[in-house]
Amino acid sequence: MTDATAGKPPRGGQMLAADGTPLKVSLRRAMRAQKLRALLLISPLLLFVLLTFILPIGDMLLRSVENDIVPSTLPKTVVALQDWDPKTSELPGEPVFAGLHDDLVIAVEKKANTRLGQRLNYEYSGFSSLMRGVVRDLKSMDTSRPFMEQFIEADKKWGDPAVWRTLKTFSGEYTSGYLLNALDMQRTENGIQMKPEQERIYLKLFLRTMAMSLGITFICLLLGYPIAFLLASLPLRTSNLILILVLLPFWTSLLVRTAAWKVLLQQQGVINDILVWLGLVADNARLVMINNATGTTIAMTHILLPFMILPLFSVMKGIPPSYMRAAKSLGANDWTAFWRVYFPQSIPGVGAGAILCFILAIGYYITPELVGGTSGVFISNRIAYHISTSLNWGLAAALATLLLVVVLALYWTYDRIVGIDNVKLG
Amino acid sequence: MANERGDAAFVAFEHVQKSYDGETLVVKDLNLNIGKGEFLTMLGPSGSGKTTCLMMLAGFETATHGEIRLAGRPINSVPPHKRGIGMVFQNYALFPHMTVGENLAFPLEVRKMSKSEIESKVKRALDMVQMGAFAGRRPAQMSGGQQQRIALARALVFEPELVLMDEPLGALDKQLREHMQFEIKHLHERLGVTVVYVTHDQSEALTMSDRVAVFNDGRIQQLAPPEDLYERPTNSFVAQFIGENNTLPGSVEAISGDRCTVKLTDGSVIDALPVNVSKPGDRTLVSIRPERVEFRDDRMPADTHKLEAEVLEFIYMGDSFRTRLRVAGNDNFIMKCRNAVDQRRLNAGEKVVIGWNVADCRALDAA
Ligand SMILES: Nc1ncnc2c1ncn2[C@@H]1O[C@H](COP(=O)(O)OP(=O)(O)OP(=O)(O)O)[C@@H](O)[C@H]1O
Ligand SMILES: [Mg+2]
Repeated sequence: MTDATAGKPPRGGQMLAADGTPLKVSLRRAMRAQKLRALLLISPLLLFVLLTFILPIGDMLLRSVENDIVPSTLPKTVVALQDWDPKTSELPGEPVFAGLHDDLVIAVEKKANTRLGQRLNYEYSGFSSLMRGVVRDLKSMDTSRPFMEQFIEADKKWGDPAVWRTLKTFSGEYTSGYLLNALDMQRTENGIQMKPEQERIYLKLFLRTMAMSLGITFICLLLGYPIAFLLASLPLRTSNLILILVLLPFWTSLLVRTAAWKVLLQQQGVINDILVWLGLVADNARLVMINNATGTTIAMTHILLPFMILPLFSVMKGIPPSYMRAAKSLGANDWTAFWRVYFPQSIPGVGAGAILCFILAIGYYITPELVGGTSGVFISNRIAYHISTSLNWGLAAALATLLLVVVLALYWTYDRIVGIDNVKLG
Repeated sequence: MANERGDAAFVAFEHVQKSYDGETLVVKDLNLNIGKGEFLTMLGPSGSGKTTCLMMLAGFETATHGEIRLAGRPINSVPPHKRGIGMVFQNYALFPHMTVGENLAFPLEVRKMSKSEIESKVKRALDMVQMGAFAGRRPAQMSGGQQQRIALARALVFEPELVLMDEPLGALDKQLREHMQFEIKHLHERLGVTVVYVTHDQSEALTMSDRVAVFNDGRIQQLAPPEDLYERPTNSFVAQFIGENNTLPGSVEAISGDRCTVKLTDGSVIDALPVNVSKPGDRTLVSIRPERVEFRDDRMPADTHKLEAEVLEFIYMGDSFRTRLRVAGNDNFIMKCRNAVDQRRLNAGEKVVIGWNVADCRALDAA
């Protein structure tokens, strides 16, 4: 840099460009146009992802804690309840009952009472019918008499402090109720506790979903590794042919494939028939392989296998055969050469395949729904049920949020143990 | 060399043939004896079957026909890991997920040596290639030359009696390559290990080897010490493949003992050493090295035929002068003279008379 025109010597530790502006500034200026153009190119995708992915997820996260239906439908009641101590066994005072009356009159006009009853029914079963009853009696209530008596006359449940406790607990804008519910917990007088044994369903379902997803991932690995190995060691023409066979299932609709498994696996199905014909299974003891966990495992393994094989194959393809040869020339037998030299180098593929399979499995819905029966359904089936049948979107959102947290936690653990930079998808 | 003394060869190829596709023979009837402690180089153009031979010896390819013996024992059916042959690969094949130390310990571990023994052997092998400080590094953190040394150390650490190297220096730059040639040669001398070395760099082959096997088209064209190969090629492929060479086509006029007269295509006559010709009338390629051509009367033998030549180009090369001549219709006849004090520089267009010792001018096959 002896040439004076090539660049000014640094002054005060800062490099200057030929026109005297600091080098960093002029570099930034030069890069700005490039960055803008890049941003412009990805903007359709960015918008798409924002609208279809980020916003829905944000909405879901919000829904799992949102509770504005109670404070917005019963504003006066909520304010009046502030002075009441839920720990006492006494009922709240007359202003609360009066407030509830006024709120409900407006709610009936707006037809918001049914939804409110439904919402509170999630937390206190019977609330829905309680609400229906009182709405019926609302018109005949006498505004000159104390409302407390009239409410209790209409249904003596209104005299139960537990009802009011529920109302007070869920009178905030936000609630942890859905999330607690999703974890089989509930809020009682004595703080947060597990629900009674027979009411716990979600934790078990979460555990089953994870255990079965892990199992399916593991089976996929066991089945996929040798195939990927074979593919990677065959000449290109043959391996391409087999690769097409591996991808063949993708050409058929998921539903058709799952239905095919039904045909194969059911008790009067092809496999059972063959086993009986071979004499391996007695006719009156046909295997139950569908509408249970076995069915889900078999069908999902079949569906997810390509997602294991492809990353494995792409990683294995990049391992030169000379490594195995070197290991053998150094005295290692076939197994040692494979286990100490080949396998460690295929780990990035194993990681990628396993993560892919596991994450796909843990959120899978259609297949468990069709072949899972009751013992083979996943948490996602429960989420779907709450979205489309019970219409408890808050709980569905809470379950989905927990699922997301679990996946992220597993991802984090994996990063800790194996290292995410050790994953190669192609 | 052992085989020259007539001992049983350490490595023997006997009538070995190899075909990959069942249609063409990649190795055709290979017969080769390698003595214990010998440094033998397989040299040849690309695709001549060198790597194939090496892989058959290492056990990664099976011979289609014939027998390979190691220390007198047929090894055709011995798996590679039981042959105890060290091997250096062209891309080094250092295990990327292991450190240098672990790479070197690998062959010792699979041999179930004790921890302390492994440690001392690894250290000794690293010191041997002056890489003692690198045991904790990964292969990816080292330069090509350093990786090369590690690969060498790894092939030697379990003290094999035979080491195979397939173009081990192919990926290095010229200077480093020459340096490593020395080191490999010195290691060979110090350890007394038998080395089979593959290269297509002839200067590498000539400087390092005890003997060189020149391959072409699946056959050994000549198997000889470097000096013989250069001075006394037995066929025109070897003459042209090794070093620089002038060739003049013609036919034999007369043979008497170790001298024949050859009539060149333009009608002029020269004297040559009959190597691959047997009777008058045989077609031949006469071969002569550029540095053996003389144009000064006082240096030319008196009793031979001389040739007229015209200077086409004079090239100054520092330590020597290259002169391109037109000789007997050949425009690419090169004469190389040492840059001595009394050396005369020729000018383009000048006419000179050239000659040589009969022993330096070899009448070879016409192929
Ligand atoms: N695995 C294989 N399958 C089929 N043909 C092969 C295979 N390996 C080598 N060949 C063929 O055998 C011939 C000899 O190959 P080889 O690798 O032995 O040559 P080489 O002398 O080592 O050449 P180079 O100097 O380029 O390494 C070539 O024609 C090559 O195309
Ligand atoms: Mg080769």
